This record gives sequence, C-alpha cells and structure tokens, in this order.
Amino acid sequence: MRELSYREALNEALVQAMDADPDVILIGEDIGTYGGAFGVTRGLLDRYGTMRVIDTPISEAGIAGACVGAAISGLRPVGDMQFSDFITLGMEQMVLQGARMRTMFAGQVSVPLVMRLPGGAGTGAAAQHSGSYENWFVHVPGLKVVMPASAYDAKGLLLSAIDDDNPVIFCEHKLLYNARGHVPEEAYREPLGVSRVLRQGRDLTLVATSMMVSLALEAANQLAEEGIDVEVIDPRTLRPLDETLIVQSVIRTGRLLVVHEAVETGGFGGEVVARVVASEAFDYLDAPPLRLAGKEVPVPQSEVLEAAAIPQMQDIVRDARKLVRNQV
Amino acid sequence: MQNVAREMLPQCQALEELGPAGLKASLASMLLIRAFEERVDQLYLAGRTRGTLHLSIGQEATNVGALRALKSGDRFFSHHRGHGHALAWTDDPRRVMADIMGKAGGFCDGFGGTMHMADVKSGFLGGNGIVAGGLPLSAGVGLAIQLRAEDAVCLVFFGDGAANEGAFHEALNMASIWKLPVIYVCENNSYAMSTPVNRSLNVETISSRAAAYGFPGYTIDGNDFLEVFDCVHAAASRARKGDGPTLVEALTYRIKGHSRSDRQAYRSREEVRRWQEPDRDPLLRLESRLLHAGVVDENEVSAMKVRTNARVDDAVAWADAAPLPDPSGLMDHVYA
Repeated sequence: MRELSYREALNEALVQAMDADPDVILIGEDIGTYGGAFGVTRGLLDRYGTMRVIDTPISEAGIAGACVGAAISGLRPVGDMQFSDFITLGMEQMVLQGARMRTMFAGQVSVPLVMRLPGGAGTGAAAQHSGSYENWFVHVPGLKVVMPASAYDAKGLLLSAIDDDNPVIFCEHKLLYNARGHVPEEAYREPLGVSRVLRQGRDLTLVATSMMVSLALEAANQLAEEGIDVEVIDPRTLRPLDETLIVQSVIRTGRLLVVHEAVETGGFGGEVVARVVASEAFDYLDAPPLRLAGKEVPVPQSEVLEAAAIPQMQDIVRDARKLVRNQV
Repeated sequence: MQNVAREMLPQCQALEELGPAGLKASLASMLLIRAFEERVDQLYLAGRTRGTLHLSIGQEATNVGALRALKSGDRFFSHHRGHGHALAWTDDPRRVMADIMGKAGGFCDGFGGTMHMADVKSGFLGGNGIVAGGLPLSAGVGLAIQLRAEDAVCLVFFGDGAANEGAFHEALNMASIWKLPVIYVCENNSYAMSTPVNRSLNVETISSRAAAYGFPGYTIDGNDFLEVFDCVHAAASRARKGDGPTLVEALTYRIKGHSRSDRQAYRSREEVRRWQEPDRDPLLRLESRLLHAGVVDENEVSAMKVRTNARVDDAVAWADAAPLPDPSGLMDHVYA
C-alpha cells in the first residue's frame, strides 16, 4: 500500500483538484516559491503559474476577502492562513462576509472556498502560533469545519471541501504534517459530515479530534492491556456534526470521554457531551461524560509548560480508567 | 438637439457615452433616489420600515454618475448607505422598498434589509454593514475577472470613514500589485457618522493615499453628475486596458443624519442648508445643466417629477401588499 505524509496528501489533493478544475486557485502568503510555511504547496507554482498560485502580501483580511470575492465570482479558491492564529486578522471577511453573505442575499450567491488553517501546539512557538480555533468557526452558521487527523483523511476531506459549494474551514495540525499513512493515488473523496469509528470497543467511547486522535488510539492500545476496551471515534467534520455514530456508541459503552487540544471552556467537547446527554443515549450512561482538553491558558513556549497545557497520552489513559472504574 | 448639447457641454464624455436619452435617464434616476429616500424617511417615522436607515439624499450624483459609467457585465459593491446604488442600478423601487420594509419579494426576501440588498446576476454584489467590508472582496472579484480575461471591471463604493480601516490598505495594495480591474469610489460625504473628515485624517485628500500604492487618485466634485461620470468612465477604461485600479474621491454631502437615530449635534443647520442650495445640490445642478444645454425642457422635467412620485407611490403600495417572508424558509439559504 502506498504511504504518503499528511503534507504530501494535502499537496496531492491540491494537484488533483487543480488538474481537474481550472477554477481552483490558491491564495496565501509564501505559497509560491517557498511552498507554504509548512511545505504543503511545494511545486504548485511551477505547475500552475502565478495566476493560479497567488502569493499575497502579509494581508490576512485581504486574503480572506480575496477568497470570498473570487468564490462569489465562480472560482474555487483555497486560502492558506499560514498559521491558524492569523485568521483572527481575517475574521471579519471570513465570518461577517463569507459565512453570512449567502443568507443575507437570500441565496443569490454561493461561496465555495476552503480556508486552510495550520494550527495546534507542540512546536514551542508560544501563544500566538499554537492555537486551535476550530470552535470559533463551529459557532458560525454558514461555515463548515473540517479537521482531518490522518493523511488519508487529509486528502479525501480536502478534495470534498474544494468540491463543496460552501465556505469550509479546514483545520490542519502542524504536528501531523509528517505523519504517514495509506493514501490511494486516485482522487477519492471522504464525505463531509461523516464521522468514523477508528477502533471498536465495549467499555468506553473516546471521541478525539486532530492530533488527539493518534494519542487516543495509543491510549486505547495501552488500556487494552489492562482489559479496558475502548472505542475511538473521530468526528472529522465538526460542523455539520453527525453525532449518530457517537450516540450509538455510547448506547453500547455507557461511557463518554471527549479529547481535544483546544481549551475546554466553550470547546467542541461541550457540544459533543450536550448532544449525547440530550439523546437516547442518556439512559445508557453509566458515568458522567468527561472532557479532556487544553488547559485554560495561552499556550506557553517551554517544553514542560507546553506539555502541561495540552492533553498527553497518559492523561487520556488516566481519565479513561477513572470513567471505566466509576471513579468520577 | 444633440448639437446644441455638445456645444453647451464641452469635453463631456458623459454626453458622448450616454447621449441625450442617457442623460435624461440619469436625471430621472437621481430624481427617483431623492423622492424615494424622502418617502422612506417618512415611512421610518411612521414605523413602517424595519431596522436602521442610512439615506442617500445629497449623494445622488455620485450614486448615479459612477454606476452609469459601468457597462453590462461589470460588477460593483455598495455599502451601508446603498439605497441610491440599488435604485441607480436596478431601477426597481418596488423591490428596494420591499427590502426596507422587511417583506418578501425584494432583493433579499427579508434576510438582508436596508444594508444588504444585492442583485448578483446583474452585477450588483451587495451592500455591506461593515465599514470597508467590500474593499477586500473587490480584490477577489478583480482576480476572477483577470483570470478569466473578461472585459469587465469591479467598482467598489465606500465612505470617507472606510479609508481609515486596515482593510482599505490591504485591498488597495493588493489591487495595485496585481493590477486588478477595480475602481475605488470613495463617497466622501464629509462625516464618518459624527466625526468630520478633517479630524480623521491628517492629509488634505483621501485620493492622495493612492500615491502610496502607486496608482492614480482623483478628488472630484461628487455633486456634479457629469464630473463623476467622466472620472469613473476614465477609470473604467484604464481598468479594462489592464492598467490597474484608480481611486476616485467624490466630495459630496449627506443631507440627512448618519442614520435615523442621529441628532446631528456635530453640525449646524446652516451648513446643511448651504449644501442644499442650487449651486451644490446635485439634482438642481444636473437639472439646470441639462435645461441650459437643451437636453430637456421645463415641461419634461415637470413630467419626470410627476412620474417619479407616481413610481414611489407605486413602490410603497407594492411593498405594502407584498407578503411577509415565510418563517418556514428561515434556514433555506444558510448552506448551498
């Protein structure tokens, strides 16, 4: 089976989308000769030229606005925010324009764009280059929010996001760019709004996103040695969220732990827990659902502080044990 | 008659391009905006409109002059004070009125209202409630026009206040480095809500900022329809040739308050009155020029005014009769 890195998978998705459709263009800082801050767009300038791989000044509101303007003109722009944190400079164009325009104009426009946000901590880049902002966008009707955790999903979900006629916030994780996995050569699509069971288990439903998915799987393997059988689910699309698989899983396991890197308060875990508690799974709960998330602190730089601020594999193991042993 | 007009309106591109019929239609359009907005003002006081209101009274020459200089296939963005643009472009007072009243059957079916009308198929890419919100969008439209090698331009209206937003800088810089076919029309109506222009920037003109981006900027009399038309027309020609953007600063004046809640403590009644005099009022000025040039006569102007009032009556009646939006359609447009 062919393996690619998450970075290469994204690159291949862009190539296949751009080969298939001349309306797909890329807009962002240093995406041309430099190949993008994380190398995702490497080689694309040579292949498609400056009209389709558009290096911009350092102007994030301009990038977001150019993407929205191009999208309502019939193109399918893929914007690159370089670091997810920088979308804060483009929020007005992304949210007040891009996400709201279709409803404000009673459906007269579609806004088919993808905004790529390389996010997450773990690189020692401190509080302005390590953020996880997915839930800022989960809160916005009109947007879709996608968060691939594997090379396979990175390619399949990016192709679907580019196909989609709505603005899609595409949350990548910087620590995943080198993660390798099976990636078929053909231009396959993974549908938006469909979660996936990555590991089946009877004792606990563990919902994880992005970087936390691989930690969750590792934790599940360790817990298996203790006789704790964990089911791991990756929602993959946070908006629209299809909680069906999660609800069905909790009905079987009776226990729920949600893990993400973004801070807990107002985070995605709250949404998952709320939906499960309000569902038919409520009667099957054997323990209070738990969240394990980033600490309520701006991400610090030093290794030890950073590690203390974001969930680690052993934290997942600890919380899973607590739940299964009814120690909550 | 055309020969007389040519003599009386020397070096006027507007006459060349529009001809007497187009000039008359332009005057009719400006009359419509004035009458429409005065009626909307009354309707607001009677509680028959929904939400805030930003009226275009006093800015008709900029509204109509700039948009008449565009061609079919061109696009434009409006801003929060956009009734005049909507009327100038669509000539459809019924639908504009329906939007203002929150009825179905307007351009945005009860979702957008006064600040978010759009008629996308015709090139009217919408109003905007965010100051400078349309400026970055115009870069994307310009890129699309350029990529597809279309014979089209994108015009974006904004106010003097928007020139102090960061988005202004980002957008104009992008348009300049990429030579985008965009025309920036700053409707400098002298006040950003209550703050006079001269307290918001430390240069004489907003147009001088174009030099910082490396493209031309002009400050013109925004209450002179012919001057607005000619300048925007020249900017459009430049954009069509691939020579890039132009910044047009049209000096005008907002006769009514910023919005309906404005008590206007920041300016004197005398100042407002001064801008309503025949040498400044954009309607009176075009009317007098066209009368003088023999493009129209007094009878025609009177007939135009009667017809305009009838159209506004009709628009109100139509919008009154229009149904409210159906709440079952609340979620219809969130996703494509």
